[in-house]
Amino acid sequence: MSSRDSIFKAIRQGLGRGPLDDAARSQLDARIANPPQHIRATVDDADLITRFAQRFESRSGTTERIASLADVPAAVAALAESYAIAPSAVVGTALGELSWPDGWQIDHGAATIDVMLGVSLAWRGIAETGSILMLSGPDCPITHNFVPETHVVVLPVEHIVRHYEDCWVALRERGQGAPRAMNFISGPSRTGDVEQTIELGAHGPRRMHVLILG
Amino acid sequence: MEFRSPEFKTRAVHALHDANLQKALSNTKAGFVVKRAQAAAEMPEFEALRDTAAEIKNHVLANLDHYLEKYEAAVTAAGGHVHYATDAEDARRIILGICKKANAKRITKGKSMVSEEMGLNEALIADGYEVVETDLGEYIIQLADEPPSHIIAPAIHKTKDQVADLFAAAHNKPRKTDRAELVAEAREVLREKYFTAEVGITGGNFLVAETGSSVIVTNEGNGDLTQTLAKVHIVTSGIERVIPTLDDLSVFLRILARSATGQETESYTTFSTGPRREGDIDGPEEYHVVLLDNGRSKMLGSRFQDMLRCIRCGACMNHCPVYGSIGGHAYGWVYPGPMGSVLTPLIKGMDGTYDLPNACTLNGRCKSVCPVRIPLPDLLREIRHNQFRQDMTPKRQKQALKLWRYVAERPKLYHFAERIGVRILASMANGKGKLRSLPFDPGWTGARDLPAPTGRTFLELWQAKRGDK
Ligand code: SF4
Repeated sequence: MSSRDSIFKAIRQGLGRGPLDDAARSQLDARIANPPQHIRATVDDADLITRFAQRFESRSGTTERIASLADVPAAVAALAESYAIAPSAVVGTALGELSWPDGWQIDHGAATIDVMLGVSLAWRGIAETGSILMLSGPDCPITHNFVPETHVVVLPVEHIVRHYEDCWVALRERGQGAPRAMNFISGPSRTGDVEQTIELGAHGPRRMHVLILG
Repeated sequence: MEFRSPEFKTRAVHALHDANLQKALSNTKAGFVVKRAQAAAEMPEFEALRDTAAEIKNHVLANLDHYLEKYEAAVTAAGGHVHYATDAEDARRIILGICKKANAKRITKGKSMVSEEMGLNEALIADGYEVVETDLGEYIIQLADEPPSHIIAPAIHKTKDQVADLFAAAHNKPRKTDRAELVAEAREVLREKYFTAEVGITGGNFLVAETGSSVIVTNEGNGDLTQTLAKVHIVTSGIERVIPTLDDLSVFLRILARSATGQETESYTTFSTGPRREGDIDGPEEYHVVLLDNGRSKMLGSRFQDMLRCIRCGACMNHCPVYGSIGGHAYGWVYPGPMGSVLTPLIKGMDGTYDLPNACTLNGRCKSVCPVRIPLPDLLREIRHNQFRQDMTPKRQKQALKLWRYVAERPKLYHFAERIGVRILASMANGKGKLRSLPFDPGWTGARDLPAPTGRTFLELWQAKRGDK
C-alpha cells in the first residue's frame, strides 16, 4: 500500500468511518465555494489611508504621500540620496514607463545579490494591520521584495482595503487562482533571535518605504 | 534528532545550574508574556477569534481526508507535487530522492519543526549535502551543534556573548559584540548561500485547500529568500495543517502572531502556490510538499485529538513555569514545554517519556493562553492515567502513595503523625521560623527556605481557639 493510501486509511479509521458520501462531500465543497465569514478585527476608521500609514509606521516602516506616478522617480532618488544608496534600482514593469533622473540605472530583471534598491507596485494595502500585499508575476518579480536592502513600494490609495478578507474577494474576482507567490509585507525584515531584542534587516530589506499615491 | 527525553531529570537539574541558560531564560519571560498580554488586551475580538479558530480546526479534523484531497488537487493543478510520508524515515527517503534528482550540493533551510521531527538535517549531511539553516536562531544553534530549545525562538537559550563566540569561530572574522553587527554579519554570510543553493526547504504553517497554497509566517524574510532563490522548493508540513479557505486563514493570521510574539502581525506572511509560472523571471522551477503523518492519524478519534489543533505558536511554553526554569533542551526531543510533553509520548511512545507529563504542575496557564484552546493539562493528566494503567508508575512512588493512603484513611493515626511531624520540624528550626535546608530533600531548599511550623498543628490551634481543649 502506498504511504498516501495508508495515511488516508488511518485517518478514516481514526474518525471511525469510511470515505465520505457524495452528499457530505458536496456540502464541504460548497463551504469552499462560499466561504463562511468569521469575526474580524474592528476597523472603524473612516480614513483608511491614515490608519494604513499609522499601522505600517508602528513597525518601523516609513510612508510618504505622492500625487502622481510621475513623482515616483524623484521620491526614490531623494530617498536614495538621504541614505547614500547608489542611483541604481530594480523596478517592476507593473509601474509602467517612468522617466528617471540622469545617471540612474534601472533594471527590470530579477534582483541579483548586489542589488541595493527595489521599487514595486503593491497590489493591495490592508488598513487593519498596515500591510501591503504583493502578487508575483513577470511584472512584479518576487526577488524585488526580498533581496534589496531598501524596498520602496508604490501603493495607490484606491488599492487600500479594510481587512484581509477584502483581498480574498478581489483575488477571487481576478479569477486566475492564487499567483505563484503572494506576500503580505508589514514592515522591514526583523529578528529577535539574539536575546529577544529586535534588530532590523535580518535577511530581507532593512528599510521599507511606502509611497502612497493619490 | 537524538531522543534524550529519558534523561529528563538529570538534564533538568543541569539546566537549573547552568548560569548562561538561566540568564537567557530570564530575558525571555518578560518579553513574550508581557507582549502577548498587551496584544490580547488591545483586541476586543481576541477571545471570540480563539473560539472560531478551535471550531475551524475541529471541522477540518472531522473531514481531514476530504480537505487533504482538495488541497492535493489544487497543488497539482498549480504544477506542484504532494508527497505523503507515514513516518520520519519515509519523509527522509522522499526528500533525499528530490535532492538527488535536483543534483543538489547546497541546501538552504527555513525554520521547520517538522523537518526536525524527520531528523532531516542529519540525513542530508550524511548523504554529503551542505545544509545551511537560514533563520538566525536556527543558524546560531546549527553552529553550536545543538537542537532548538523553543519552537519559535530556537536559540532562546543563548546569550549574546555565546553568539559572538560562535560567529567569531565560524566566520573567521574579528569577534563582534554589538547585536546589530552580529545580525549584519550573519546576513552577509547567509546571502551568498541563498543565491548558490539548489534546493530550499521551508516549513508550512498553513496549507490552504481552496488555493493549494502553503503559508509561512516569519519576521526575518529568510524563508522567502530560501524558497525563492533555489531551483527546487520543498515544503515540509504535518497532515493536520490544512485549512479550507482563505477566509478561515484570516482567523489564524489574527491570533498566531499575537499569541506567539505579541505582534499584531509578523513582517511576512507568504503564500506559495506551485513552481514559477510562464513568463516569471524568478521563483523555483519545482515545488514539492511533503506531508508527514508520524503518529498524527492515530490521534484522530482518540482522547488526544484536540492536540492536532496546535498551530505551534509557542505560547504554552512561554507561560509554563517549568519550561521557564529549565528551558527546552531538558525535554530531550523536538517539542518542549506543555505541547511537547503531550506530543512526545504520543509520537515517540510511552517508553522513555515518563517524566515529561509528570513534570507538569497542572497550574493551567498553558491552557489559558492556547489560541486554539487545547486543554493541555487535561491531556497531560490523561497521559498520566495511561502510564498508571500500563503500570509504569515507579515502585517507590506507588509505595509512598499507598502508605499515604493508609494513613490518610485513618484520621486518628493521621493527626498523630502530623503532631509528631510539626514538632520535629519546629525543633529543627530552633525558633527561627524557617529551615535553611531539608536533610531528606536538599533540592527543595536549594533556592528557598521552608517555613517551619510553630510546633502545633492547625487542628490543635483551632481546637484551642474554640476552647474544646
Ligand atoms: S498547544 Fe496551543 S499554545 Fe502550545 S504551541 Fe500549540 S497552539 Fe500554541
